[in-house]
Amino acid sequence: MTAIVSKPALSERNKFIRRLLKRKTVAFGLIVLTIFVLLAIFAPLIAPYSPSKLSIINRLKPPSGAFIFGTDEFGRDVFSRTIYSARLSLLVGAAVVTLSALIGVTLGLIAGFFKQFDAPIARLIDAMMAFPDILLAIALVAALGPSLTTVIIALSIVYAPRLARIVRASTLVIRELPYIEASRALGISTRHIMTRHVLRNLLSPILVQGTFLFASAMLAEAGLSFLGLGVSPEIPTWGTMISAGRQYIGQADWMTLFPGFAIILSVLSLQMVGDGLRDLLDPRLRKDL
Amino acid sequence: MIRYIFQRLFGMFVVMFLVVTIVFVIVRVTPGDPAAVMLGPDATSQDIADLRTQLGLDRSLGVQYLYYMGQLLRGDLGQSIFLNMPVTSALLDRAEPTFFLTLFSLLIASAIALPIGIYAAYRRGSIFDQAATALAMLAASIPSFWLGLIMMQVFAVRFDLFPVSGYGGPGSTFSERMYHLALPAFALGIVSSALVLRFTRASMLDVLGDDYIRTARAKGLIERRVILKHALKNALIPILTVIGLTAAVLVSGAVVTETVFGLPGIGNLVVSAVLRRDYPVIQGALLVIAALYVLINFAIDMLYLLVDPRVRY
Repeated sequence: MTAIVSKPALSERNKFIRRLLKRKTVAFGLIVLTIFVLLAIFAPLIAPYSPSKLSIINRLKPPSGAFIFGTDEFGRDVFSRTIYSARLSLLVGAAVVTLSALIGVTLGLIAGFFKQFDAPIARLIDAMMAFPDILLAIALVAALGPSLTTVIIALSIVYAPRLARIVRASTLVIRELPYIEASRALGISTRHIMTRHVLRNLLSPILVQGTFLFASAMLAEAGLSFLGLGVSPEIPTWGTMISAGRQYIGQADWMTLFPGFAIILSVLSLQMVGDGLRDLLDPRLRKDL
Repeated sequence: MIRYIFQRLFGMFVVMFLVVTIVFVIVRVTPGDPAAVMLGPDATSQDIADLRTQLGLDRSLGVQYLYYMGQLLRGDLGQSIFLNMPVTSALLDRAEPTFFLTLFSLLIASAIALPIGIYAAYRRGSIFDQAATALAMLAASIPSFWLGLIMMQVFAVRFDLFPVSGYGGPGSTFSERMYHLALPAFALGIVSSALVLRFTRASMLDVLGDDYIRTARAKGLIERRVILKHALKNALIPILTVIGLTAAVLVSGAVVTETVFGLPGIGNLVVSAVLRRDYPVIQGALLVIAALYVLINFAIDMLYLLVDPRVRY
């Protein structure tokens, strides 16, 4: 992740990674995230049971040696399901970050670079940001019909303006810097200036914001799935697991607790990494927040 | 300054106009015929045609848009298909729990975040500061609906301190209804305190480094007075901004929390409207909430102008 921050000499990059990992919270966050990613990738090897294997005699069994997180209303292993859920929950987060970065960065660059497009795009960003995120996502999912793809598209539309706003603001500053003027004088094409000279300088704020967006997207997906407006209830995500566990919370609270812990742990790790990145990459913000 | 106010006012109208357009577009991108989707698979083609006429879907998009704008200007948000009442009345009927849930959560969030944030900034870098920052991060990582479920299970079911869910039923008194809001408000307030805490700490840190704080200290004022009177007063504007904007964020949280606790608020209305495909209700709720956000933002900007003599245009 850190490799794209800038392209200094290798030793510089190593120094940066070392400084980043020196922070205990960042190191903790990265370790937890790596574990989650590995669990998601190797879920079939790690999970003791199939996530969809029904076993009526093992219905609602509390955590034990055989089922460390207990079982759900169909006798399915909650631990295996929690691991498999990491796949979709992380996938949704990653897809939303990628898609909203594509939309947001493009819009922000255009608005910041071309004066004639600035006002309309800036107003559009303002208008989009007037909608509370979950509510706008709900409306979009309602319009497009609930499915995994629409959840990703809806959340990307919701979060793209946040990135666009930051990219626009930074582009407006960078545009006026002497080296851009120099590149222009040298006859370098606008597209080249935008992608090579401006975008490269924007990578740190985009990376920082992207990390936080990842966390927000995971929380939002869980919320949508919990409401029954996200991915189909049969697909295991942490949100659908909590939603199913809700009906049995009196007799089998482990069904709700463990997927909740998984969300909290992954979102917390993302925030810790994001915080560390921001402190190191954005000296203006170092003293506050 | 007058010019600035007019500029902002014009900007606000442009944003409002875009908000309305976005809402209009969202509902129109629905694949297929919204009328058919709303009525379900059992509807006859005559029913669908009638509803299309009623919703104006048989006209061209441009005409629909103008008609919709005209309706809005008269304060008419349309008719709920499922509830068979005007959307405005449906929203007003459901406004009370949402309003008080948001208000109480905001109060709880501020009560937690302000003292901790101020003290953390004052003792910057101390164990207290680090713990507060870590706790804020943790609180921001908890899904509010999950916390609501757990709190409901512990405090309502196990210890029987609060009602499990609902809003007291018909004929309940105001205090009974507010009692039903206690648990959801705590769940939502705890989660949103994180944002307020971080901003309180940040804006206090900003102010504490200023010259007039050094002057106040040099004058020999007692520390408490310096912090609470000189520093807090100046840090208050950004803090109030965040509290105002948190109110808007809380509306989002309220949507899910209301569903968890079975509160008959606007969030619950929207969720059931989505499940029933009651588009006029979704459209109306979205519009009203976004408009409120734009207005709050505008009001905050104007407040800055009044309160802070450094802001001059």
